[in-house]
Amino acid sequence: MSVTTDTGQATGPVLAADGTPLKRSLSRALRRQKMRALMLIAPLLIFVLVSFIIPIGSMLFRSVENDIVADTLPLTVVELRNWDAESGELPDEALYAAFATDMVAAIEAKKHTRLGTRLNYEQTGMSSLFRKSGRKLKKLDPAADAPFKEKIIDIDKKWGDVETWRTIKTHSVRLTNGYFLNAVDMRRTPEGAQSQPEDKQILIKLFQRTLIMSVIITVSCIILGYPVAWILANLPMRTANILMILVLLPFWTSLLVRTSAWKVMLQQQGVVNEVLVWLGMVADDSRLVLINNQTGTIIAMTHILLPFMILPMYSVMQTIKPYYVRAAKSMGATDWTAFWRVYFPQSIPGIGAGSILVFILAIGYYITPEIVGGTKGVFISNRIAYHISSSLNWGLAAALGTILLAVVLILYWAYDKIVGIDNVKLG
Amino acid sequence: MPDGSSSDAFVAFERVQKSYDGENLVVKDLNLSMPKGEFLTMLGPSGSGKTTCLMMLAGFETATHGEILLDGRPINNIPPHKRGIGMVFQNYALFPHMTVAENLSFPLEVRKMGKSDREAKVKRALDMVQMGAFGGRRPAQLSGGQQQRIALARALVFEPELVLMDEPLGALDKQLREHMQFEITRLAHDLGITTVYVTHDQTEALTMSDRVAVFDDGRIQQLDPPDTLYEGPKNSFVAQFIGENNTLEGVVTEMSGDKCVVKLDDGELIDAKPVNVSAVGDRTRVSIRPERVEFNKERLQDGAHTLKAEVLEFIYMGDIFRTRLRVAGNDEFIVKTRNAPDQVRLQPGQQIEIGWLPQDCRALDA
Repeated sequence: MSVTTDTGQATGPVLAADGTPLKRSLSRALRRQKMRALMLIAPLLIFVLVSFIIPIGSMLFRSVENDIVADTLPLTVVELRNWDAESGELPDEALYAAFATDMVAAIEAKKHTRLGTRLNYEQTGMSSLFRKSGRKLKKLDPAADAPFKEKIIDIDKKWGDVETWRTIKTHSVRLTNGYFLNAVDMRRTPEGAQSQPEDKQILIKLFQRTLIMSVIITVSCIILGYPVAWILANLPMRTANILMILVLLPFWTSLLVRTSAWKVMLQQQGVVNEVLVWLGMVADDSRLVLINNQTGTIIAMTHILLPFMILPMYSVMQTIKPYYVRAAKSMGATDWTAFWRVYFPQSIPGIGAGSILVFILAIGYYITPEIVGGTKGVFISNRIAYHISSSLNWGLAAALGTILLAVVLILYWAYDKIVGIDNVKLG
Repeated sequence: MPDGSSSDAFVAFERVQKSYDGENLVVKDLNLSMPKGEFLTMLGPSGSGKTTCLMMLAGFETATHGEILLDGRPINNIPPHKRGIGMVFQNYALFPHMTVAENLSFPLEVRKMGKSDREAKVKRALDMVQMGAFGGRRPAQLSGGQQQRIALARALVFEPELVLMDEPLGALDKQLREHMQFEITRLAHDLGITTVYVTHDQTEALTMSDRVAVFDDGRIQQLDPPDTLYEGPKNSFVAQFIGENNTLEGVVTEMSGDKCVVKLDDGELIDAKPVNVSAVGDRTRVSIRPERVEFNKERLQDGAHTLKAEVLEFIYMGDIFRTRLRVAGNDEFIVKTRNAPDQVRLQPGQQIEIGWLPQDCRALDA
């Protein structure tokens, strides 16, 4: 290893005994350790990279990726660039010729229906237009059958509609913000971003509902979990461990079973309503609607997420020594003052950790709202699932997922700014 | 043990018993009365009931039986926050989420004191423990000794008449501990506070207290000023627990007034002062302090019984010499001598004769 030039200078870096700079000596000495540490985590690192980071990355990329139009209709897209969408006139013969060439090739490769599906997200009817026209367009010969404009408009008069071409032109870019605009109830038009028609605006509302209900669930968990954690932390170890089993018991039961149990409990002929009617607190003909709405989602999710609140609270409270409260009382504080001024502030890190856990879990929850939420109690994640598995609009699903991720990160950042993330303790 | 006469006492325990499990008594029939302004230390091994007594006085434990009086009033049913007793905890119990000044201000705030009064009192209390510049710090930023001072200031800031201290110096190093012992006693006497101090460190108890209550097995074994306690232990436990002590076992063979002769188990005879033996034939443990053992024959009284001893070990400790002897079959017999110019340094293997004044050798219970 070569010696650096400044080793001989008095003002240079500190040198090790053999004359090499101390920093380099040190890093050489630590290299073996670092390599060994890296080797130890390598299997997990590779696993996480392959099975998590890369899929998530590619999923997130789908929210802006829009190669399908440009790949399926390469010549048409070039021609569309020359066409002025604002003119209100149909494109010229050159474009129709390019379109015929592209479509014949696409039909050959059976790609035209996928393009139709893609464009159908933006304008209804596009899917059937491509599917129906496909059969007839296939018979055209791009070399011999010119001119095409008339023939193509004959096949379906929608090809003679300026709107159709405007839609194709608008969505021909390779990277689009269209999915994100859709995700916030807007759409990409030739005139720029515009809001969706009133009856299609549901996603912003769904985001708001998801956030508000997650907050309600988190607060319910704090209110219900705090006293439990307090009792557990103040009981003798043996008793606390036994009671802790009750807290952890739900983890040993399938999530689906627990959620379904709430259906039994909460429905109008269910246990809760029967008991209330039997007690005479609710009239038989006005049974409470506790399920298939927001109430049902809040009740079931609070129950399911409660352990995630109790556990961090418990482990933080365990570290709060009883002599603090005693000291406060010896100084003249009442039970309440001693709790509020001395015990509670020290338990905040536990509340913070529990709240972050519960809130982040709640905001992305899917299965419970799906089962007990009906239409009014579903979350944004249910919409994402719908677009992934039913409408197959993966781009929109990816955009919604990206926004959800961003919201969580922003809230996390805000929490760090306001409360301080070093103030979160899991024990 | 003092009787239950507590009419003019500031703090009094009357026939107090305490049990946690309903089977064993942790405190058995405790009677104690303290005048105002006294510095009383509860000393004893762990599990002797001393901390339980303190906690009953503070109100964190309730007495199973008996009465605790504060200034003539029974306080058994008064909750801790209404007792107005200052307390210093073993781990200081400074509130970690508050600054030093906020910690001190807390007892004043809960007493609904005005802001300017509070600030003045906090400042005075901090100055009192020489921590005036630390009001804005957090407890975690202070050293152990500084936290100790703050804890002390916090217990005194609301001017309680009674202050309880539960092994407050246990976590400090030796030098700091000695310094704080002095400081606590000075403050307690200057402010005229009645103090109950719990410790298991006998040096601390002897140097700080007006009176020391030695606890063992849930009872007060002896309650006396430090010098009486050290020089006149009333039973073997106290003799053993306070200071260093040499023990020899035997049977009383003669008894005449304040003198008796004890026949040790190996047949030798020694003179002793009967303290806790009643009749000839009683088994006894005689106790001699290491610094009262004499091996210079000229200083022994005529006719005093002496014992043969063999020097086993000589330890140089700077200010004193500590010599281990074998005496009457006991290998752990210690003699302490002052490091003076004319002092004899005994050599291991040397055969000597030792003796003592009869009043320094106390015949206690076996």
